[in-house]
Amino acid sequence: MSNPVSDEARPTLLGWIQSSWRQNIIYLGFIIIFMFFAITLGDKGFLSSINLLNIIRQTAMISVMAVAMTFVLAAGEIDLSVGAVAGLASVTTAMGMDIGGVPFGIFAGLSTGLLVGMLNGLLSTKIGIPSFLTTLAMMGIAKGVAMWISSTKAVPILSEGYAWFFGGGSIGPIPVLLFWTLSFCVVGQLVLKRTTFGRFVLSSGGNETAARYSGINTSAIKFRVLVMTSMAAAVAGMLYAGRLQSGRFQLGEGDELSVIAAAVLGGTSLFGGKGTVIGSIMGALMIGLINNGLILMGLEFSQQLIARGGIIILAVAISQNRK
Amino acid sequence: MTPERSSTSLAVKMDKVSKAFGGVKALDEVNLEIRSGEIHALLGGNGAGKSTILKVLRGVHTADSGVIEIEGKPVIQHSTEAAQKAGIGMIFQEMSLIPTLTVAQNIFLTNEYKDSLGLIDDKTAISKSRELFKDLGVNINPRAYVDELSAGQRQLTEIVKAISQNTRVLILDEPSTALTSDEVDRLFEFLHQIKERGTAVVYVSHRMDEIMRIADRATILRDGRNVITAPISELTIELIIEHIIGIKSGGLSDIERKPVSRGELLLELKNVSGKHRPKNINLAVHAGEVIGVAGLLGSGRSALARLLFGLDPLVSGSIFVAGKEVNLRKPKDAIDQGIALIPEDRLHQGVVIDHSVEENISLSVMDRLSKYGWVSMRRAVENANKQIFDLRIKTPSYRTIVRNLSGGNQQKIVLGKWLASEPRVLILDEPTAGIDIGSKSEIIALVRQLASDGCAVILISSELPELLAACDNIIVMKDGEIVRTIERHELDSPESNNSGASTDLQYAEKKFQQALQEAHQ
Repeated sequence: MSNPVSDEARPTLLGWIQSSWRQNIIYLGFIIIFMFFAITLGDKGFLSSINLLNIIRQTAMISVMAVAMTFVLAAGEIDLSVGAVAGLASVTTAMGMDIGGVPFGIFAGLSTGLLVGMLNGLLSTKIGIPSFLTTLAMMGIAKGVAMWISSTKAVPILSEGYAWFFGGGSIGPIPVLLFWTLSFCVVGQLVLKRTTFGRFVLSSGGNETAARYSGINTSAIKFRVLVMTSMAAAVAGMLYAGRLQSGRFQLGEGDELSVIAAAVLGGTSLFGGKGTVIGSIMGALMIGLINNGLILMGLEFSQQLIARGGIIILAVAISQNRK
Repeated sequence: MTPERSSTSLAVKMDKVSKAFGGVKALDEVNLEIRSGEIHALLGGNGAGKSTILKVLRGVHTADSGVIEIEGKPVIQHSTEAAQKAGIGMIFQEMSLIPTLTVAQNIFLTNEYKDSLGLIDDKTAISKSRELFKDLGVNINPRAYVDELSAGQRQLTEIVKAISQNTRVLILDEPSTALTSDEVDRLFEFLHQIKERGTAVVYVSHRMDEIMRIADRATILRDGRNVITAPISELTIELIIEHIIGIKSGGLSDIERKPVSRGELLLELKNVSGKHRPKNINLAVHAGEVIGVAGLLGSGRSALARLLFGLDPLVSGSIFVAGKEVNLRKPKDAIDQGIALIPEDRLHQGVVIDHSVEENISLSVMDRLSKYGWVSMRRAVENANKQIFDLRIKTPSYRTIVRNLSGGNQQKIVLGKWLASEPRVLILDEPTAGIDIGSKSEIIALVRQLASDGCAVILISSELPELLAACDNIIVMKDGEIVRTIERHELDSPESNNSGASTDLQYAEKKFQQALQEAHQ
């Protein structure tokens, strides 16, 4: 009868599986779904390198936003405006480029993210509106502004260099978007797990009162994570714009749900305090995998939506069922 | 660092400290002197000013007037940061730990070790925590997540965290409420150790037996003023209670215990077992009877209560209410049978803290107060006012938000909420945890009153004096089973005349403790 808590012995393999399967079930789920599609769709080109790289290309924007969403959720907050902000940033980037060339376009896109993020942060921390409501309202505002300034038309991007670097290009067979995903993943993981900022984010979400009593400025943490998601959403919007060589308000529409689902699938708690960046990336890839497989299966869009929703509910239900 | 010298030097000197909140004087020229290397008990009823003076010391509140010196140095600009720098640490009830981080991560939260790249180095934190634990004789795995720890382990982790930050004055506010008696022993051992190292400990508790056991000196406050500061050896429990309440009173021993007049058999359990706990319980409770349930945390006491209230499923055995077998699948079933539960965790299970007194009291009797789904405000207010009057709840009005009332009054509201439903069987789970001695005896007296009004009562408590004051029979639970049944009169001293004088209570407590120890072997 040894007490697992006071026992100083190294954790056993079984103990490790028991204690961390909630965090790690994503990997198992990923493998199972991958195998399933590999077997059933192998002859339809699922396993071809072109298709697999395509999945990475299609999920890169979700991955980039999911990295930042991990921070927001871990801090006990939520950001529903990411999809709309991505669309708005794609428009401002394209319009900025039209006015002042590529550098000004990039500046305009990033400023859009910064501005929206600061607004979200100020409203949530200074006025005290829950981030759920702030960002829900911001979702509509961002989309409205994007539609208004672009007169609901696509704004073309003519710079080949921009389009290559932000999403369209590839180095040999490797798409540039893979590098974007990887760099967000590595930096995000290090910041969350190995910096004081990351530790404070996890603390604020784990027990806000305790964090404050420990001398952590929890409002400042909330403010910063909300700026982070908006900035990441702006980058995602710029990647969309680069890939499609135009900025449109529809880009990123509905992405907030995929992004949140990716983070939750990856083991991040909606109640705060827990989160892994790598898990969120895996979650994003898994959603991409499911989309891709369903398309190859020849399902109609309506059927895809239903199947995707069902699979996400199933996966989250399994990962939540801990006790 | 010789203990002799450090025990005479003053760690904290608070001189004529006053503090008012919105015109109400919470502290009126209070003096508090705490020596290095002593355990100093701070005592008083709810609202006596204990937590205010501690918050002033911790820098949470600023005093309106008065002088604070820490280790001889006057403190000018007082803030939480300044207090922490000066070495003042306060253990809030499980408040300063992050459940989702590990023990080591919590101990060094905001003081993280970094490697040469400036990244957090958890390995060093783990080995440093291990050293600290070893040094202090604590056996906790630094890699464990805090939400896996028991309440006692959390408490020790918090204290170790405070110590690691060079705390010279450690303030503990009701540290033992969530602990088992083993854990309390360990905590006390531990406090003795850090006291030997010259740390000053301020200990706040409503449990008199603990104070007598651990404190060196005590300061008693009443209504924001000093009553007395004295070595504990010069005080008795009776004297302390008298100082706290302000009138001569025997506290719990004042409660009248009429001889048992058993009525109808209201609740009967035959071989009742739950999923995990309790196991194989046989119990009969009559109208007019108070049955006490003793045992450690986790012995299945609360599980029994939950089962009887339809919160946990019955796995085998049968439950009879007033002679009829009942099937309790959800709390509504239990309520329909006239069973009421006053739960253990008042804040989470008992009251809706941001609702008014009336809304809380009305909640369990909505059926009676409403017609076609329409609540009659008149009847709701009448009912609330009746409970406020009957239970002597101190509240400005029935409209007051429960959060603004003291712990004792909140607990009375939970009681009132259930008494309004006129239960036949009343189950109370630790009804007086964290409540001052005055309200405590009021609540226990009320329990007796309810029994003599014809209620069958089950009282779960960790406090022996409380069980002795209230109960006719006491069952002792261990690992989900009843290991012993003690009739209250077995514990009476031979020359007792049932008047409940305090010497009798002390005699009974000693005998009870013996019986408990035997039962647990």
